[in-house]
Amino acid sequence: MKRIVGIVLAVLGFAGIVWADSTLSLTGAGATFPYPMYSKWFSEYHKKDPNIQINYQSIGSGGGIRQVTEGTVDFGASDGPMTDEQLKAYQDKHGFPVLHFPTVLGGVVPTYNIPGVSAELKFTPEALAGIYLGKITKWNDPAITGPNSGVNLPGEEIVVIHRSDGSGTTYIWADYLSKVSLEWKSKVGTSTSVNWPVGLGGKGNEGVSGLVKQTPDSIGYVELIYAIQNKMPYGSVKNSSGAFIKADLASVTAAAAGAAKNMPADFRVSITEAPGKTAYPISSFTWLLIPSKFSDAGKRDAVKGFVKWMLADGQNYTEALSYAKLPKEVVTKEIRALNEVR
Amino acid sequence: MSTATTIVPSAGPVAGSRSFLSRLREGDEIARMITFLFAASVVFITALLVYELWVSSVLPRHKFGLSFFITRVWDPVFDNFGALPFIYGTVVTSAVALCLAVPLGIGASIFLAELAPARLSDTLEFFIDLLAAVPSVIYGVLGIFIVVPLMRQFVEPALKNSLGFLPFFKGPAYGIGFLTAGVVLAIMVVPYIISVSREVLLSVPRDQREAALALGSTRWESTWKVVVPFARTGILGSIFLALARALGETMAVSMVIGNAPTISASLFSPGDSIASVIANQFTEATGDLYTQALIELGLVLFLLTFILNGLARILIVTTSQRGSGQGNA
Amino acid sequence: MNPRLRWRKFVSNFMLTMTGCCALIAVSVLFFILGNLVYHGGTSINWNFFTKLPVPVGETGGGMANAIVGSAKLLLVATLFGVPIGFLGAVYLAEFSGNKVAFVVRYAADLLNGAPSIVIGIFAFTLVVRPFKHFSTLAGGVALGIMMIPITLRSTEQFLLSVPRNLREGAMALGASKWKTIVTVIVPAAYRGILTAILLAFARVAGETAPLIFTALGNSYWSHGWNEPTASLPVVIWNYALSAYDDWHRQAWAAGLVLLALILVINIVARAILSRGVSVPRA
Repeated sequence: MKRIVGIVLAVLGFAGIVWADSTLSLTGAGATFPYPMYSKWFSEYHKKDPNIQINYQSIGSGGGIRQVTEGTVDFGASDGPMTDEQLKAYQDKHGFPVLHFPTVLGGVVPTYNIPGVSAELKFTPEALAGIYLGKITKWNDPAITGPNSGVNLPGEEIVVIHRSDGSGTTYIWADYLSKVSLEWKSKVGTSTSVNWPVGLGGKGNEGVSGLVKQTPDSIGYVELIYAIQNKMPYGSVKNSSGAFIKADLASVTAAAAGAAKNMPADFRVSITEAPGKTAYPISSFTWLLIPSKFSDAGKRDAVKGFVKWMLADGQNYTEALSYAKLPKEVVTKEIRALNEVR
Repeated sequence: MSTATTIVPSAGPVAGSRSFLSRLREGDEIARMITFLFAASVVFITALLVYELWVSSVLPRHKFGLSFFITRVWDPVFDNFGALPFIYGTVVTSAVALCLAVPLGIGASIFLAELAPARLSDTLEFFIDLLAAVPSVIYGVLGIFIVVPLMRQFVEPALKNSLGFLPFFKGPAYGIGFLTAGVVLAIMVVPYIISVSREVLLSVPRDQREAALALGSTRWESTWKVVVPFARTGILGSIFLALARALGETMAVSMVIGNAPTISASLFSPGDSIASVIANQFTEATGDLYTQALIELGLVLFLLTFILNGLARILIVTTSQRGSGQGNA
Repeated sequence: MNPRLRWRKFVSNFMLTMTGCCALIAVSVLFFILGNLVYHGGTSINWNFFTKLPVPVGETGGGMANAIVGSAKLLLVATLFGVPIGFLGAVYLAEFSGNKVAFVVRYAADLLNGAPSIVIGIFAFTLVVRPFKHFSTLAGGVALGIMMIPITLRSTEQFLLSVPRNLREGAMALGASKWKTIVTVIVPAAYRGILTAILLAFARVAGETAPLIFTALGNSYWSHGWNEPTASLPVVIWNYALSAYDDWHRQAWAAGLVLLALILVINIVARAILSRGVSVPRA
């Protein structure tokens, strides 16, 4: 017995030793969508400056907003911009505002599984909205067959698949549908989790794609990255200029460039249905949430240094991981905005 | 020789004759107080948890009041929240899980305790305990990729063809839904039943078994009619553990239940459970009313557990008047 | 042999075979899961896995050393926090308490057991993380420890109560005080069951993800001491398994395999160490 107690105490003591070191440690948490990108960036930045360790964990955009407001993390990250109430809550709690900095872009694509159909389908906004509202129930509905004249679509019931967990992907999808369909906007609305009129839920991109693959005559939506990395077939979507765009990194960046002209100074903007001939209509930014005041000068400089690096060299790492880079217009605006972090 | 009678555990220190000081000196009173402190801390932690949930769900409680229990809508955009579909889903999936896990678990524990040679029993026990350690994410992923197709292609059509006249087996079979979630849950809770029941069965005194056999019963009869009833409170305790685990399971269920807030008699239908909704939506929930509504769901689950536990206890008390074994569960 | 006896014998053989089948099903499920883990993740297990820190997607040579150590630290704190409460509480219920108090404590433990793990995580967040304004291993350990309490308590109580009466009476007849009886006779007699209870609780929390998300958070680097966020195997598995990258999927399976292997080893070692010195013959 004494032996065991002795061993336990020794292990405790050993593990409890705090290494004295000069590294500056920062903790950030939030959005899951950019997690692979951020881990690559923070790792590269650490190689560049080994004294700075930035630990980012993906706990969800809601979690990121909550934790940065609570002050338990040094910065947050979110796939959807903070609302006015949340900004006010932060301001009230800390006495200074929190700033948004877009980092990369992503897109959401419609994926489907129709036995006998291997062609790439073209979807109009009306078709997508109708399917997800439960109004369009069969694959051979005119709204779907219209732009797909060469394809033989069956008369089967469409099995609609959506996300079961709250996510930025759902936010982007619902935001797009709200813009293209008044009925969706008034009945369902936009949020990380909505009251779906029809359909089954799968957890994560993995869950949705798994369900779509296994369920005949189904349709679902997944992140572009996921579709690319897993070589999934997906359809093209008609954008605001009338062109059917199949999502890829270039068309997503084009959407941000198109929206850059009218972007608000705080970068809180939705870029779905963005103007531009080559823009992919279901695209979105993801943001870092950075406090405008740091009590620790070391941390502040580390964060600012990282963001500067991210806007320049960092953007070169995006393509390899299938993220779309920020357009030049947005980068210039952000560099200027960085001065507000004191 | 005393084994045929009911064993009543000692209730409190030896009555009367020893003074407080003598008990203190002998360490009994200190032991009593220390252990009481720890037992009380359990109640304290639970009470604190309920209190925190209560305090953190103030917004939806004021807005919806009791209608939270009967509303079927869950709309984060328009801030309309109701718990009914999730209560239904929790109850149904736990019921399916227990219906599958209890016979399987008790059967397996009987085998391990009564029939298997000691070494085999111990070895198998190590492995079955491991089932309790598998992270629920892995159960979920295996559920999606193996259990769901199995259900959709073989099990559910078979059930539909043979028992399709029952309301439980009607409707389209997608593979995900209440039944699949129940099956996955059953696998997750079975190790608790097996592990604890086996130990309890092993601790039944040998003379019980031998007395039955001496009276001419078959092996099965002595096991089922004498040994198992003797161990009934332990076995029932293990079922409580399993039930609690089933009610609170988040990850695995959320991946196979279909996540549609529907209430349907059919087991093939997709649905949702309280724990799964909280797990799915809490990290991404923005907005105070939404977050607090999820916490209120946690409170509802507590209430559900409270009621189910109470019902189960009543059931035990009414059926344990007859038969042997310890008197409390 | 009369027909009734023949029937009873048949029933007996049949039912006993059925129980064998039940055990077979339970064990085969486990081996099926293990097989899947090995099949999908086996290729990712190498020396790097156990010694290196994680690397971003696309780079090779990374591992989960910090997650393995982190899980070990979390489980240590959880055990030190949850097991004494569960065990000593059970001793009180089995040996000292009256029926009313016992009823309340048992009920509370069952309630606690049924709480979804994410709720416990949120609870530990409000208790340990929010006041101190940072995530920590300690907070994660507390969350897991709270989850260990009910299983430990209820099962230990069962096993203490099942110690035969004559053992207790024998000790008392020899003049032992109550607590001495407990320490020297009752607990050793029930030790097998108690160990089972503790190991079961341990196994349960070893695989839990949700409570750790808001308490220990996660860490891409080494976590020093007890006050920093730490990586853990279940959280890493969760992050990797639900990602888009095949390489991360494989690593998630591998991590699951490692986690199970560790639990198995701890199981075996614990039973081996604590089996010396006591032998109450199996009934």
